Amino acid sequence: MSAVVSLSNVHKQFGSLKVLDGVSFEVGRGEVAAIIGQSGSGKSTVLRCINALETIQQGTIDVCGHALHDASLNRRALHLDVGIVFQSYNLFPHLTVEQNIMLAPVSVKSIPKKQARELAREVLTRVGMEAKAENYPEQLSGGQQQRVAIARSLAMSPKLMLFDEVTSALDPQLTGEVLRVMEDLARGGMTMILVTHEMAFARKVASKVIYMHQGKVWETGSGDMLDQPKTAELRNFVGGVSHDRAEASV
Amino acid sequence: MPTFSLVHLEFLLTAAQWTIGLSIAAFVGGGLVGFVVALARISDLRVLRIAATVYIQLVQGTPLLILLFAIYFGIALLGYTNLPPLIAASAGLIIYSSGFLAEIWRGCIDSVPKTQWQAAECLALTRWQRMVKVILPQAARIATAPTVGFLVQIVKNTSLASVVGFVELAQAGKLINNSIYEPFTVFMIVALIYFAICFPLSTWSRSLERKLNVGRR
Repeated sequence: MSAVVSLSNVHKQFGSLKVLDGVSFEVGRGEVAAIIGQSGSGKSTVLRCINALETIQQGTIDVCGHALHDASLNRRALHLDVGIVFQSYNLFPHLTVEQNIMLAPVSVKSIPKKQARELAREVLTRVGMEAKAENYPEQLSGGQQQRVAIARSLAMSPKLMLFDEVTSALDPQLTGEVLRVMEDLARGGMTMILVTHEMAFARKVASKVIYMHQGKVWETGSGDMLDQPKTAELRNFVGGVSHDRAEASV
Repeated sequence: MPTFSLVHLEFLLTAAQWTIGLSIAAFVGGGLVGFVVALARISDLRVLRIAATVYIQLVQGTPLLILLFAIYFGIALLGYTNLPPLIAASAGLIIYSSGFLAEIWRGCIDSVPKTQWQAAECLALTRWQRMVKVILPQAARIATAPTVGFLVQIVKNTSLASVVGFVELAQAGKLINNSIYEPFTVFMIVALIYFAICFPLSTWSRSLERKLNVGRR
C-alpha cells in the first residue's frame, strides 16, 4: 500500500500558541482515516494543512506526490488531486446545485458544458440529490447542501477527499444521510481523511483512527482502538463523547 | 419684465440633457476606473494596493469643487488654455466617482465570505476564475443598491460643473433667474427636474435589489 498522505514531524504555531507539535502519520491508498479529538487538539488544523490552506513551520507533508512544505508547491495541481468538504458546506449561493457542480469541471478541466451536465447528474445521483439539480443552495436543508458539497468535490474526481467536521452543523437525522453517502464513498475505494465527532461512524468505517491531543498524535490504530483505549486521555475522551451522545438522545 | 415661459422651460430641459450626459460620462468612466482601482486595492501586489489606497484617499479627501478647479485651471497652467468645459467637468467627475466607487466595490468584494474564496481555491480555480465566477457575481448583488445610490449623488454633484463654465441644469436655472428674477419658480422647477431624474434611479435600485435577491433569501 503506497502512502497517499504522509506527515512527518509537523509543527505549526499561531503566534505563540503551539497547535501542532510534531505530528506524524501516513494514510495509504483506499484507506479511510478518522481524526478524532477534543476541540483545540489540532485535528482541523491538520486537515487544513493537508490541503495547504495552512502553512507549517517545521516538518514535511507529502500529499499525492506534492511536497507541501516546499516553497515551489503548485497549489492548483494539489487542489486538482485533493477535494475537501467543509463543515459550513460553502456552496456558491448565486449558482444552482447543478451549476455549483459544473463550475470547476468546465472552467478548470475545460470539459464541454453538455458533458459536464451529465457528470453533474451522475455525481448528484450518487449522493441522492438528482431531483434538486435546479434548486439554489438556500432552498435545501443542511444535510442536502452537504451532500451537494460532496458531489461538487466528487465531480473533480480527486485522489483524496478531506472531510472537515462535515456533520457537526447537522441534526442527527440529517447527519445520518450525509454519513451514508460517505460510507458509500469509502466502500467504493476512495481515500478519505475525516475529522469527526461521530465515534460510531469512525469505529465502523475508518480503517485507521488517529486520536489527537494537545497538538500531538496521542494514539493511533484501527477502529477497535476506541473500545480498548491505551491512554487515559483517549479513555476519557471516548467516555465523554458516548456520555454526551447518551444524554443527547434522551 | 419677462416672466417664466415655455422658452425657459425648454432651455432648462436642454440643460437637463447635459446633466444626464455628464452623469452618464461620470458613472461609466468612473465605473471603469473605479473597478480597476478596486481590483488593485485587493491585489496580491503590495505596490498596487498602496497606490490604489493613496488614490482613493486623495480623491475622497478633496472636495469635488476643488478637483474641478484644479483640473480646469491646472491644465490651463500647463499651457493648454482652451480646455472645453465639457472635458474638464467630465474628467473631474470621473476622478471623483472612481474614488468613491472603488471603495464601495472594494467593500462589497470584501463582504463576500472568505470561505467562498477558499472553496473555489480548493476546486482548483485560478485566482482570476475565483474572482470572476464566484466572488464578483456575489459582490455585484451586494453592490447594486449602494452603487445606484451613489449614482444619485453623481447626478446632483454635476451641478458643481457650473464652476468651470459648463451650462448644465443648475447653471441654466441661475442664468434664467438672472434675467427674469423669479428665484422661487425657477429653482422649484430645477429641483423638480432633478427629482424626476433621481427618483426613477432610486426606484430602479430597489427593484434590482429585490430581483437579484431571489434565490438568496
